[in-house]
Amino acid sequence: MAPVHPVRHLVRAKDLVDARYVEPLTVDDLARAAGLSRAHFSREFRKAFGESPHTYLLTRRLERAAALLRNTDRSVAEVCIAVGLTSVGSFTSSFSRTYGMPPTAYRAAYPPAAAYARVPTCLIRAYSRPDPAHLEKTARTAPA
Amino acid sequence: MIKISTTQLWVHDQEAALAFYTQVLGFEVRVDVTMAEMGNFRWLTVSPPGQDDMDIVLMAIPGQPVMDAQTADDVRSLMGRGFAGTVFLSTDDCYKAAEELRERGLVFVEEPEDRPYGIDAGFRDPSGNHLRLVQQHPMPQG
Repeated sequence: MAPVHPVRHLVRAKDLVDARYVEPLTVDDLARAAGLSRAHFSREFRKAFGESPHTYLLTRRLERAAALLRNTDRSVAEVCIAVGLTSVGSFTSSFSRTYGMPPTAYRAAYPPAAAYARVPTCLIRAYSRPDPAHLEKTARTAPA
Repeated sequence: MIKISTTQLWVHDQEAALAFYTQVLGFEVRVDVTMAEMGNFRWLTVSPPGQDDMDIVLMAIPGQPVMDAQTADDVRSLMGRGFAGTVFLSTDDCYKAAEELRERGLVFVEEPEDRPYGIDAGFRDPSGNHLRLVQQHPMPQG
């Protein structure tokens, strides 16, 4: 059987980042996924993809955070935790450096998250309808 | 062309479902919005990383006036028994995926087993919904 191209092993590390960025991954975990020593892995990863494994992990987390800022109404701290980062301060500073504005300004630059929630009309009609029991009760107690 | 974009699962508790689908199954949140004008209706959708064209709505069972108490109870009962819907997940390595899921605390109702169509395992979410994890064998040619 023909051997796989060496870059195939490095792609395993990328796949691990893409699938498990929520978890506390380290460069050691990524090197293990690629089956290489840490020093060798970091060097080979940069050679193959033009960035360090740490940068790839951080940018994937920031990309996912940006999506959560656009598509959810969760707080910045919740978004930070949801993408596997633990320090809101570091998150805000990395995010600002990457997107040119802090997370709150980024969110404000987009339509409210509800605009992205494609809630079907049938649900809007069902959930927006006033409670008939309340209406009937208030009608009974209303002065004639 | 018609494609499936969204499907829905009833859940007994959206927070419990969210924890399961993200922390155990490894799915991502796609949309999570609570709408005050709809009685704090929460539209919460998840899907696996890398699959952007389809999501699952984790839908809380409503009360009045959307659903009467008897119907809500019927749905809860069906869901708890695993008859309110099934999701079939696919993987290219069922044994490996199952091992990873076990490491994250998942208990399989049916361990991976080789069947004519592929390697297949089954489990439930916290609400009782039935999920399957399948590594399909290639279809025979001819």
